[in-house]
Amino acid sequence: MSYLTRRLSTFPLVMLGVSILVFVAIRMVPGDAITAMLGTEAGLLTPAQREALANYFGIDQPIAVQYWHWLLGVFRGDLGISVTYGKPVLGVILERFPLTLQLALMSMCVALLVGLPAGVFAATRNEKMSDLAVRIFAMIGQSTPNFVVGLLIIYALSAGFGILPTMGEFTPLLVDPLRNLGQMILPAVTLGFAFAASVTRISRSAMLDVLSDDYVRTARSKGVPKRSVIWRHALPNALIPVVTLSGVEFGYLLGGAVLVEQIYALPGLGRLVLDAILQRDYALVQGCVLFIAFNFMVVNLIVDLVYVALDPRIRLGEGG
Amino acid sequence: MLRAIFSHPSGRIGGTIVVIYVVVALLGMFDVTPHNPLQQYRIDRLHAPNASYWMGTDLFGRDVASRLMKGVGQSFFVGFCSVTLATLAGTVLGLTAAWFGKAWDGLVMRIMDVLLAFPAILLALLIIAIAGPGTWTSIAAIAIVYTPIFTRVVRGPALSIKAREFVDAARTFGSSRRYILTRHLLLNLVAPLTVQVTLALAWSLLTEAGLSFLGLGTQPPASSLGLMLADSRNLMETAPWLLIFPALAIMISILGFNLLGDALRDIFDPRTRRSAA
Repeated sequence: MSYLTRRLSTFPLVMLGVSILVFVAIRMVPGDAITAMLGTEAGLLTPAQREALANYFGIDQPIAVQYWHWLLGVFRGDLGISVTYGKPVLGVILERFPLTLQLALMSMCVALLVGLPAGVFAATRNEKMSDLAVRIFAMIGQSTPNFVVGLLIIYALSAGFGILPTMGEFTPLLVDPLRNLGQMILPAVTLGFAFAASVTRISRSAMLDVLSDDYVRTARSKGVPKRSVIWRHALPNALIPVVTLSGVEFGYLLGGAVLVEQIYALPGLGRLVLDAILQRDYALVQGCVLFIAFNFMVVNLIVDLVYVALDPRIRLGEGG
Repeated sequence: MLRAIFSHPSGRIGGTIVVIYVVVALLGMFDVTPHNPLQQYRIDRLHAPNASYWMGTDLFGRDVASRLMKGVGQSFFVGFCSVTLATLAGTVLGLTAAWFGKAWDGLVMRIMDVLLAFPAILLALLIIAIAGPGTWTSIAAIAIVYTPIFTRVVRGPALSIKAREFVDAARTFGSSRRYILTRHLLLNLVAPLTVQVTLALAWSLLTEAGLSFLGLGTQPPASSLGLMLADSRNLMETAPWLLIFPALAIMISILGFNLLGDALRDIFDPRTRRSAA
């Protein structure tokens, strides 16, 4: 079986596993679902009312039957009702998703714009001082949690320039692009910081590998200018691991950056999950986790497909 | 081994940081701190760093240096426990999956695929949503998130070692299954496992700090680096030391483990030395 067929055939299986895990996990929460839904008010219910509610929500049925009904609902786009918002879960998620998507795209831009040139620069100056400086910076970048970066940026701005990032009402991109970008740029830089460090490291090492290849030496000995050798001959082949890394990181970012959204008070997916957990809104936790895991898997699948397209050797070889 | 680490440039820096980190963590864990980390010196609230309070005091007049040492101890405890659990679980699962193959391998690896289908922090949050916040939940969450990675790290090389002649030879000699698994397979997996353990420790420090920052990890009044950073948010302009010292402690300790992990990878696999960043 080729790598591609195997990868595509396991996708639905893993997705099914994810749905079972999420479904069962939420039911492992101590206490019954009605108490979880109504909180302390559940104590006011008479046994008959409790039974009626259990019957209404279908939780008096065996767990396999419940799962089956829930799964059918998921296929229809029905992820249940959020207790906190009093709205369908999918609607709440889709309201928050554009911000998360925008943040992920912006951080990826930051990471590639900084990381790629830095990586190529370091590779062409292998073992010189400037290479060392880039490597140290990348290592520090990779070792700094993004919420620490966020806090330090906020501190540097407020202590150095007396400005605080705008944290009031969030403005969507389509309503007021300038104001929106003003609100999003610092979170994007914060998230892009460690991402850029990873891109730098991986593009440097990929570039070093490619630069020692025979075809690059041939191009050089033919008298092709150095700049052209680096950017036209070597870089396209060094991009393969960078594409994979960026794809996987992008998949992570689509799950919402819980900590950075929290620091900059952005209403994205990450904070939605966090709030849902803190408020014990289990339908919402379940819906969000399923939605994010699905996105993550789809992005990873696309990354694998792109990887196969870029590097035909994988199609024949043994893959993960 | 130690000589190899300390003759490698990033190993020297990383190793030194890790040694200092562990010493500070142990001092913190056994309460050998300049002050009692919970003692509130009300008269010295928000005091800047000086000879008595090396890193200043917080809003309640507690000594930041002592709390930081306690926090480093806490993060080390969580990291050590969770990574140990993940290493044990991942090694057993990966080894048995590789050895027995067939249905068991399929089952284990599909379960690991399911766990890997979640972004790490989300899986940790889901586990905390079920079990409630706290130190032991953080340990369990980080261990569960990291188990699939260890399982994969072990299974791949174990499969290729299993197919080597010396394992066949051992079998013909009549060596027991346990002997082959522990002596021949496990010993050959020490290198990739050591690298992974070091990198997992870096990641667990990061996650523990993040979870505590969100209020889902270590609970106050116990001290943790994430909690200290969360507390510093509203005071960072008047008392920047509340932010700077815990931030530096987190950065430097993660940096130490990452550098050490990179160095170990180079030492175990000289082929990567040329291109390692």
